[in-house]
Amino acid sequence: MNWQAIRAIYTSEMGRTVRTPLQSLVSPVISTSLYFVVFGSAIGNRIQQVEGIEYGAFIVPGLIMLTIMMQSVSNASFGIYFPKFIGTFYELLSAPITYLEIVIGFVGAAATKSLVIGLIILATAAFFVELRIAHPVLMLSFLVLTCVTFALLGFIIGIVARNFEQLQLVPLLVVTPLVFLGGSFYSVAMLPPFWQTVTHFNPVLYLISGFRWSFYEVSDVGVGVSLAAIALFLFACLAVTWWLFRTGYRIKS
Amino acid sequence: MTAIVDIRDLTKTYGSGHQALKGVSLQIAQGEILALLGPNGAGKTTMISVICGITNPTSGTVTVAGHDIIRDFRAARATIGLVPQEVALEPFANVADTVAYTRGLFGKAPAPDRIEAILRNLSLWDKRNAQVNELSGGMKRRVLIAKALSHEPRVLFLDEPTAGVDVELRKDMWRIVGELREGGVTIILTTHYIEEAEAIADRVGVINHGQLLLVEDKATLMARMGRKEMLIELQEPVSALPEALSGYSLERNGAGDVLTYAYDSQAARTGITRLLSDLNAAGLNVRDVQTRQSSLEEIFVGLVKEDA
Repeated sequence: MNWQAIRAIYTSEMGRTVRTPLQSLVSPVISTSLYFVVFGSAIGNRIQQVEGIEYGAFIVPGLIMLTIMMQSVSNASFGIYFPKFIGTFYELLSAPITYLEIVIGFVGAAATKSLVIGLIILATAAFFVELRIAHPVLMLSFLVLTCVTFALLGFIIGIVARNFEQLQLVPLLVVTPLVFLGGSFYSVAMLPPFWQTVTHFNPVLYLISGFRWSFYEVSDVGVGVSLAAIALFLFACLAVTWWLFRTGYRIKS
Repeated sequence: MTAIVDIRDLTKTYGSGHQALKGVSLQIAQGEILALLGPNGAGKTTMISVICGITNPTSGTVTVAGHDIIRDFRAARATIGLVPQEVALEPFANVADTVAYTRGLFGKAPAPDRIEAILRNLSLWDKRNAQVNELSGGMKRRVLIAKALSHEPRVLFLDEPTAGVDVELRKDMWRIVGELREGGVTIILTTHYIEEAEAIADRVGVINHGQLLLVEDKATLMARMGRKEMLIELQEPVSALPEALSGYSLERNGAGDVLTYAYDSQAARTGITRLLSDLNAAGLNVRDVQTRQSSLEEIFVGLVKEDA
């Protein structure tokens, strides 16, 4: 294992976050606070409780998931696309490093950033609502697994994208709708039966549901199913990443 | 010759069907400076890209320091430094960090002293904390060189490193190349500047249409292929060459006061003594005699034209 290379990529990527604290850290916190104001206060006044939990507290896991999924995809896709765009990708290809080490460096950094943001949002949420975390270890496991999985998805997007438009396409047209319609701000039980069935085809539902269970022990699907879903998603992303590097698709001619 | 870079029957065909390399074989000795000359699209950069791991070969083998570039890519790449043709740098990183980053990629532990020495040698030390996007084009080229040297490579590829740079940097570059060679580093240089190859290379390779037309010791090449000419300035112009001199390959200039005699400097008999004697016998008095050898550029242009 070329640990020095992993360290170099990881610290370089983290360095970008440190150079841009407003964009990397402050911006998601402000966005989340606004969500609390809009959903927690404005809508929360009309929806007192969901499944026995105060609405403001109920949406916290969904808000964290929403942000870390978006941030993981965006950080990782930009992280690997930027060297391709500016032409420094040759450094990675000509260095004595394996594809696995490249993935660990980039995905590890993107996942770390998202994890930090997730924890900051959690801390921010504590100022707005009374939080209870029933299963902290499981909560952290869901958080880490989601960060890594979506960072891998972002990495794939960054490799495949030919331009900045394509880089934004999947996050905007696929990830955002799935996250919003995956029960971030509501329980699936609140939907009409037809839409409940439709929502069960949304993979993000399982991640948010499991994550929420680790807080309040309430969920739309069983926690075991949630864990299986995220494991499956992680495996799928790993398989695609492996294929990309094996074939050199959009990497190496 | 102990080859530190050994290329055998290397081919590269891109997905478009374009055959960029057509069975190139080349051995490069440790510590030598090889200049690869060739027009745009000849295959120079593709060859370097394959050796460095940026592009996959279609067939053939390459070993660097005895390590196969595919099977034993870690060991092979660890010995290689690359200065690419394009100035590609992370614009927002500072100079010292971007050089240290490359060292890390090559598996080397941080070495601030080593980085400092490289930056000082390239006159970049004062700019170590500057962002790359604040640097001039020449300075950016220096940063690329610093990055390539950061992990102490044994083989250094310089892909047109002085394209578009000022005279000062070019001379600096030649000085650094000389110092590296003294330290045992093997240097493969592609260039459009023939005088660069003429000034610093030990051997010269000419590549065109993906084929290596020749690789030869620079001095031998120039001696073997260099057409030597003798310019004979006459005291009085002549309107036509006397019949007695028709056996010589002589050319008369427009004014008729200079005759040019082309000869092979490597031949057992150049014919110069006899020509001077015959000139005298024909009543032509010589005012001055000069000789000149064709440059590497003329040789290169001649080879590429033949191959076209």
